[in-house]
Amino acid sequence: MWNDILALLKQELIVCFIILILLIIKVGAAEWKIDRILMLANVLLLANFVAGFVSNFEGSLFNEMFTTNRLINLEKNMLNLATLIISLQSYNWLKSHKHIIEFYVLVLSTLLGMFFMISGGNLLIFYLGLELSTIPLAAIANFDLAKRQSSEAAFKFIISSAFSSGLLLFGISLVYGTTGSLDFDVIGHMLTGTSLQLFAFILLLSGFAFKISVVPFHLWTADVYEGSPVAVTSYLSVVSKAAIFFVLVPVLYIVFKPLAGHWYNMLFILSILTMVIGNLFAIRQNNLKRLLAFSSISQVGFILVGISGSSQAGSASVVYFLLIYVFSNLGAFGVVSFISALTGRETIEDYKGLYATNPMLSWVLTIALFSLAGIPPTAGFFGKFFLLMAGAGRGNYALIVIAALNMIIALYYYLGVVKAIFMEANESPIEHLKVPALPKMGMLLCAIGIIVTGFVGWIYDYISALSLGF
Amino acid sequence: MNLSLLVLVPLITAITVLFCNGLRQVRAVSLIGSLVQMVLAVALLVFYWEERGGGNNAMMLFESSYKWFGPLNINYHTGVDGISIAMILLTSFVVVAGVLVSWTVDRMSKEFFFLLILLSLGAYGFFISLDLFTLFFFLEISVIPKFFLIGIWGSGKKEYSALKLVLMLMGGSALVFVGLLGLYFNTDAGNGFYSWDIIQISEMNIPVEVQKIFFPFLFIGFGIFSALFPFHTWVPDGHSSAPTAASMFLAGISMKLGGYGCLRVATFLMPEAAHEYSGAIILLATIAIVYGAFATLMQKDLKYINAYSSISHCGFVLLGIGMLTQTAITGAIMQMVSHGLMTALFFAAIGMIYNRTHTRMVAQLGGLLKVIPFISTVFVIAGLCSLGLPGTSGFVAEMTIFIGSWENTDTMYRIATILACTSILVTTVYILRAVGQTIMGPFKHAAYNQLTDAAWNEKFAAGILIVGILAIGVAPLWLSELLVSGTDTIIKHIQSAITI
Repeated sequence: MWNDILALLKQELIVCFIILILLIIKVGAAEWKIDRILMLANVLLLANFVAGFVSNFEGSLFNEMFTTNRLINLEKNMLNLATLIISLQSYNWLKSHKHIIEFYVLVLSTLLGMFFMISGGNLLIFYLGLELSTIPLAAIANFDLAKRQSSEAAFKFIISSAFSSGLLLFGISLVYGTTGSLDFDVIGHMLTGTSLQLFAFILLLSGFAFKISVVPFHLWTADVYEGSPVAVTSYLSVVSKAAIFFVLVPVLYIVFKPLAGHWYNMLFILSILTMVIGNLFAIRQNNLKRLLAFSSISQVGFILVGISGSSQAGSASVVYFLLIYVFSNLGAFGVVSFISALTGRETIEDYKGLYATNPMLSWVLTIALFSLAGIPPTAGFFGKFFLLMAGAGRGNYALIVIAALNMIIALYYYLGVVKAIFMEANESPIEHLKVPALPKMGMLLCAIGIIVTGFVGWIYDYISALSLGF
Repeated sequence: MNLSLLVLVPLITAITVLFCNGLRQVRAVSLIGSLVQMVLAVALLVFYWEERGGGNNAMMLFESSYKWFGPLNINYHTGVDGISIAMILLTSFVVVAGVLVSWTVDRMSKEFFFLLILLSLGAYGFFISLDLFTLFFFLEISVIPKFFLIGIWGSGKKEYSALKLVLMLMGGSALVFVGLLGLYFNTDAGNGFYSWDIIQISEMNIPVEVQKIFFPFLFIGFGIFSALFPFHTWVPDGHSSAPTAASMFLAGISMKLGGYGCLRVATFLMPEAAHEYSGAIILLATIAIVYGAFATLMQKDLKYINAYSSISHCGFVLLGIGMLTQTAITGAIMQMVSHGLMTALFFAAIGMIYNRTHTRMVAQLGGLLKVIPFISTVFVIAGLCSLGLPGTSGFVAEMTIFIGSWENTDTMYRIATILACTSILVTTVYILRAVGQTIMGPFKHAAYNQLTDAAWNEKFAAGILIVGILAIGVAPLWLSELLVSGTDTIIKHIQSAITI
């Protein structure tokens, strides 16, 4: 029993252990220097990431409430990687703050919550994990205490999360009422498609839709993304979104399989709305953070296209896309956050002529934007291609045509940024910025990931093999 | 011969360029890389002749296949037939010439040559791909460099043109993407097995209803690259704003990607639909030919003249493909090669003139033959090839298309052929007028007296392209024999589909 717990809960225990170390340092007598804390935190996160690859086991604990397998393990590793990259990239921003240990403790608690959420084999554990992963985020969204925008963002975030949690809980209780169980396996067999169950499903889906900001549940996203510190924004848009998708995919494919006919149509409409509206709003944005926020909404639409396809290809392409999305979105946010932390400039006009002063940053941002747009040879091309291919597997070509058109719209605003960077002159361009080692590592990690992932065919093969269960 | 060399050499060149310092190193590396590539292309031709001479009748030669994404049946599958070799030869000639005319690009030269080579990499990869995914991958690779090339080093309203060009071409490739997915999911051979492989798909029977749905996606998608009417509007803006080498690549290589795709993917893999839609294709192609020719008459800027005439000339390519007879298709491929060489030469000459006189307006030029005889001669040769003078490749290609088109006895096809023929007359008018006003007559500016004639690199660039033009124009048989096995396969496939 104890051996099982040690083996299967390995990743969760490591995160707890890191939190413990940081807390001990915090309450310890000596005041640590900020540089040292940052270094230690990054080393610990790196260790956490590496440890995710060694001695992994499959199995379940506590009456199947907690399960883990190789796919879940991979998903947790992806979240670890994203957290590490964000931590590296927010070096400059963190340096200007006093309470960075609190930042790391809060981030790691949300990570812990996501781990439980992904591993949950039961609606209760899922809900617990979800809350653990949400509430600390509101606290770090408010991390720039002096800025009013930051508090506003935190407040909007907590309100909208509470609302969506309410929807989820209502849905969960209805599911429990109609099927008599909270276990995923049991629910899957008990669903018959009565109208009450359908209502419960709609509530659950709305809860999910809130968290991953699917249109029409997206209204909180742009404000929260803009107001929060960029480190938090990238965490919100990559890590928490990815975690929710990792749950949403099995929930749809396994638990709500009996209702597949219904959720397929819902996803069809939601994905079109999300792609189109996300893109149309993104076109009009001048602030890069807002632009990336809306673009990440439209990316969610593309992921929904993939989910609405046939199940194995759907699951594999979603996980594969999210891996690439980690690199591309963090690459873009990394550069924006670095420049914003040092100069406070965030609009597209500010980026005019960036290439002349900061070629390295320009290239990383450009590659990341191309990857988001799905242009080869960046990995985003493969990710998008496979998502839409999974979507086309059901023969719904209308959806694919709309998605393909949306890729062109998206390309338009991404190219607008690239155009500003490379082609337009600026009287007062952003001066040359010296990139410290840690953020540089974070950015280069993203750039390498973007360029290499697509050419290493076995990554997809591996993910696809793991998704066989669906 | 390992075909991946054709992709690896540009890749290595491009990466080496990134590590070079200064214009001298960068251009030297680019030139060496592109010359090696040209030698490879010629060697490929020789090996191909040897193989065919030895009695190898396989549809594609030098095939190799590596698994890329196993669960999705995606392979990196390459192979060539005569048609691809002709295109590869064309690309290698244009690339060398393009590098040579960019000899003095000193602003961000590293990036410039990197992007040029990257663009050519996309084209080479496209022409050797036998896997539809790989083909699409390389098609898109060749698009984005144009955005930078035009937007950074271009002239006039360059940012607008760059954006317009890229969005339209990406729109085209989005259509291709949908068409390819539709094709892929209908290649089911019975046991849930789908295929991206061109050879395998050509042996399957894609249901006619499916073909009718997805053929337009593929044909229009590729057609946009080849200035299919009414999606030709990126051509004039893009060409005229682009720097010389980029114009040469655009007209000489990129537009050929579209024609090749229309033939190899759309028409070859969906022959029934191609037959079904052939009337529409010919209608659009004829409009492009006639409209392009008349629109050129109105142009005053040399680059616009060549850009609009490209629309007209590329219309011949689509016309030849739409006619679905072997002669016409052979002519279409010849026209692609001929137009690629001719238009690259034309743009090179315009670029050389512009570098010296700083104007491209026909009305402001004049008498150039007296001061820069070499460049003027090049300009005349390009013009004569454009209007199809016997002895140049333009004559051979257009003649073949007309003969092939006339084989179609249907009245409408005949009318289209006649209309297309008459456009030659218009071509003659605008070419002779432009050439006459530019290089004959008195000087318009006193400063033109001081102009210097072509430097060695410009002479070399023009020389290569002229050799290509004359090699086809004087002795066309080698080219038509090179193409014959490829067009045979295509035409047999089409005929068997139509008769059933």
